[in-house]
Amino acid sequence: MQINDLLNHTSEWLKGTGPNSDIVISSRIRLARNLNKIPFPHWADKGQLDEVVNTVSAAVAKVSLLKKSTLFELAKLDSIDKQFLVERHLMSIEHAQKTEHKAVLVSEEEIISVMINEEDHLRIQLMQSGFNLFEAWNIINAVDDDLAKLLDYAFLPDFGYLTACPTNTGTGMRGSVMLHLPALVMSRQIERVLAAIAKLSFTTRGLYGEGTQASGNFFQISNQVSLGHSENEIIENINGLIRQIIEQETQAREIMLSKSKEVLEDRINRSLGILKSARIITSQETIELLSMIRLGSDLGMIRGIDRRIINELFITTQPAHLQKLENKKLSSQDRDLKRAELIRNKLNLI
Amino acid sequence: MLCDICGKNPATVHLTEIIDEQMNELHLCEDCARNKSAAMEQQFGLSDLLAGMADFGKPSAAEKEEAVNAKCPACGLTYADFKKVGRLGCGECYNAFRGYLAPLLKRIHGSNQHIGKNPSKVKTSSRMYKKKANLEDLRNQLQQAIQKEAFEEAARLRDMIKEIERKKES
Ligand SMILES: [Zn+2]
Ligand SMILES: [Zn+2]
Repeated sequence: MQINDLLNHTSEWLKGTGPNSDIVISSRIRLARNLNKIPFPHWADKGQLDEVVNTVSAAVAKVSLLKKSTLFELAKLDSIDKQFLVERHLMSIEHAQKTEHKAVLVSEEEIISVMINEEDHLRIQLMQSGFNLFEAWNIINAVDDDLAKLLDYAFLPDFGYLTACPTNTGTGMRGSVMLHLPALVMSRQIERVLAAIAKLSFTTRGLYGEGTQASGNFFQISNQVSLGHSENEIIENINGLIRQIIEQETQAREIMLSKSKEVLEDRINRSLGILKSARIITSQETIELLSMIRLGSDLGMIRGIDRRIINELFITTQPAHLQKLENKKLSSQDRDLKRAELIRNKLNLI
Repeated sequence: MLCDICGKNPATVHLTEIIDEQMNELHLCEDCARNKSAAMEQQFGLSDLLAGMADFGKPSAAEKEEAVNAKCPACGLTYADFKKVGRLGCGECYNAFRGYLAPLLKRIHGSNQHIGKNPSKVKTSSRMYKKKANLEDLRNQLQQAIQKEAFEEAARLRDMIKEIERKKES
């Protein structure tokens, strides 16, 4: 598989299917793992880092769920390719910086990815469409079991999996759910919801995970505590919280529909109008307007636009995706032109 | 992405700030980052922030000295290095700095006892025990929330407990 092969593909997590997929975009689990007796990436020398890449890539080749995966050595990718992988949520923004002796493994259908030598030797992540953390856990747990037979993980019975940062020690697990909460934002209830989440030691982030701002009404909610609870408990705790947020968003949508249907219809259709006719559009405006037509589609106000097409546009209108589609470097102004063209073509076809 | 402080200039500096037990990502423009780091250095300094976490329990000056000089025999990282960068050097560091890390982990996670999976016995599981522990935790948290009169949080916890109990029955 080449990077370019991914372009014509919809990632599994963007399919817009799965439980509660009107509000939940995707569910993600990541596990932090390190190899015993080798310093963590920030403290390792070049030879040790290469040893990690070699040991891990040899092991993953023997794991059945990872058989048809591709390893990308980051130092061999250009900056657009690296950003492209970040935009597809296959690796973190941090991983794309200082790329010597780093790699990322991407499974078929882009369900599983393994970052090698990010903050930890391995960051195994799995993404699913919709509200599906337990299913994600079952798959990633099986992958981790297979890898544990082939790799000597750094582990202590009392502290659990040992990670570079003590905030990940224990299970090394972070479960995240990406939510689309336009009604809570528009009804100005979101601050209250986010404050309550923070009190319960969960974190909220934006569309691009670690350290990005929430935009276009997307919120990624993750556990903060990784030690002292089993993986199942951590997932149960996230699920309990997510169910409540889903309920609140559903209620807020119902209230908006009953109290201000015309205003909502106007806003949604104006958004569609702009997307169908704009000649120049920034990625920030795109995300905000796509959020509105996604809501319109969920509420049945806009018909005939598949959720999957909307989900795809969130990703394909990102800078690196546009440049891959055009197969050349584009200035910010050129991207705004191309972005508008791509959106018009996709939405006016329908 | 715009600067978190002024909201006007594009954010070009990305900082991680640790306040209490929480790591916050900050995205700042260069001007605000300069002001922020000057203010931080004056008030705490990032290393002191971490040190504040790591020295939980207020050890004596002698103990502090000992902690700073402690060194991992496997990778050579000192506890002072850890306080500076916030990252450990290798798995063995957890044994070398066990006395200092155990309270730190407890502060971050509310526990320093792992009960999740174990790579050496990937097949065994003790789900029932873990579920019970979880319910107990939640009930304790609920009591605390009620005492603090944090009723919103209490209602949430109560719902989580109900949800788990409902699932256990079904
Ligand atoms: Zn600023
Ligand atoms: Zn060490």
